[in-house]
Amino acid sequence: MANKIRLATTSLAGCFGCHMSLLDIDERILELAELVEFNRTPITDIKHCGDCDVGLIEGGVCNSENVHVLREFRGNCKILVAVGACAINGGLPAMRNFIPLGECLKEAYIDAIGVENAQIPSDPELPLLLENVHPIHELVKVDYFLPGCPPCADVFWKFLTDLIGGREPSLPYELIHYD
Amino acid sequence: MSKTISIDGRQVEFVDGQTIMEAAAAAGVYIPHLCHHPDFTPHGSCKLCTVKVNGRNCSACTFPAQEGQEVLNETDELREDRRMITQMLFVEGNHFCPSCEKSGNCQLQAVAYYLQMLDDHFPLFFASRELDASHPEVMIDHDRCIFCTLCVRASHLDGKEVFAISGRGINKHLIVNSPSGKLQDSALEAGDRAVDICPTGAILRKGIGYRVPIGKRIFDLKKIDAVSLAEQGGAHGE
Ligand code: SF4
Ligand code: SF4
Ligand code: FES
Repeated sequence: MANKIRLATTSLAGCFGCHMSLLDIDERILELAELVEFNRTPITDIKHCGDCDVGLIEGGVCNSENVHVLREFRGNCKILVAVGACAINGGLPAMRNFIPLGECLKEAYIDAIGVENAQIPSDPELPLLLENVHPIHELVKVDYFLPGCPPCADVFWKFLTDLIGGREPSLPYELIHYD
Repeated sequence: MSKTISIDGRQVEFVDGQTIMEAAAAAGVYIPHLCHHPDFTPHGSCKLCTVKVNGRNCSACTFPAQEGQEVLNETDELREDRRMITQMLFVEGNHFCPSCEKSGNCQLQAVAYYLQMLDDHFPLFFASRELDASHPEVMIDHDRCIFCTLCVRASHLDGKEVFAISGRGINKHLIVNSPSGKLQDSALEAGDRAVDICPTGAILRKGIGYRVPIGKRIFDLKKIDAVSLAEQGGAHGE
């Protein structure tokens, strides 16, 4: 098929649960592969996002690398989708927003039980953490939102098939969940 | 002859002294609401019940029904306004539904589902609010309080005045009537009406949180407009 929809996906400050849930569409992924061409995504291991029709973003923004990746996606995807609780409201990672960053790092890398050779990681390769975790709509324009922790496979299926079929994506009541 | 108002073109009977909300409820017409409960004096704070009465926006839970009123309820514009009000309630508190015991039984969440709210739209406040788990049978997670005052009104009916709202604007918060300010030192007891009245997960009964699994809870199965008050009364996980 010449004119396949180009799809990219990534996980920022997420747990990959949303990606696992996408894979839960099971054998329908064969049907999806007929209709879409995967660009940058953990499934293809392509490292940078090319021109795409749709970008699915899992996770909120917790470090400098997340900011760059999110901007790369926004710059290259015609339609950007916030997938899951963390992309939409910061989710579980944003629970650190109530604790100063220094204290979080100290608790995890210095004071935690069983830590040996205690030190706060400072390798220059590591992206710097932001003071707070942000939902992605606070940084870029987001076109669609798929709530859920994670959204179930049928949410991805309904959304993508609506979009590919040229319909305005919409979720019935049973598919709208925040948990 | 009985008196009537029209709601979205439908004739609805009322008796003098009834609010628009009461007349609508008696006729089986759902108007979204959170701070309204038929057993307590109307408070009119959440504004979710906003309807258009003869061209003006009013709170249905406080506005008296009057002969000949033309009320609009289910319009795209009102749905949009109500969704935005709900988004404001979400960003003002800290609502991490996946880690909330009330998820699926929560009226705030249920109203958001009903209004097809898919995102928070506004920047989140991430306001730092405390948890009071001091009481052996009940806990308060202030992150989830929407200041509806239902616990305040219920505790008044319990004859105890355990709760009140203090402060204004961003500093508004729920306070507990006890020497330490902690729930354990208050007069609250497990049998009080105030314990189960909270429409959100701010006041929770301990020890029952996951008796009903996520996915099988009240609003997982039914839209809030189809759930009776009696069913919602059991919305604390039992
Ligand atoms: S109180 Fe309701 S809306 Fe808030 S976190 Fe709990 S389930 Fe979600
Ligand atoms: S604790 Fe619950 S019932 Fe009390 S004001 Fe807050 S949201 Fe309302
Ligand atoms: S239900 Fe009317 S203002 Fe809250």
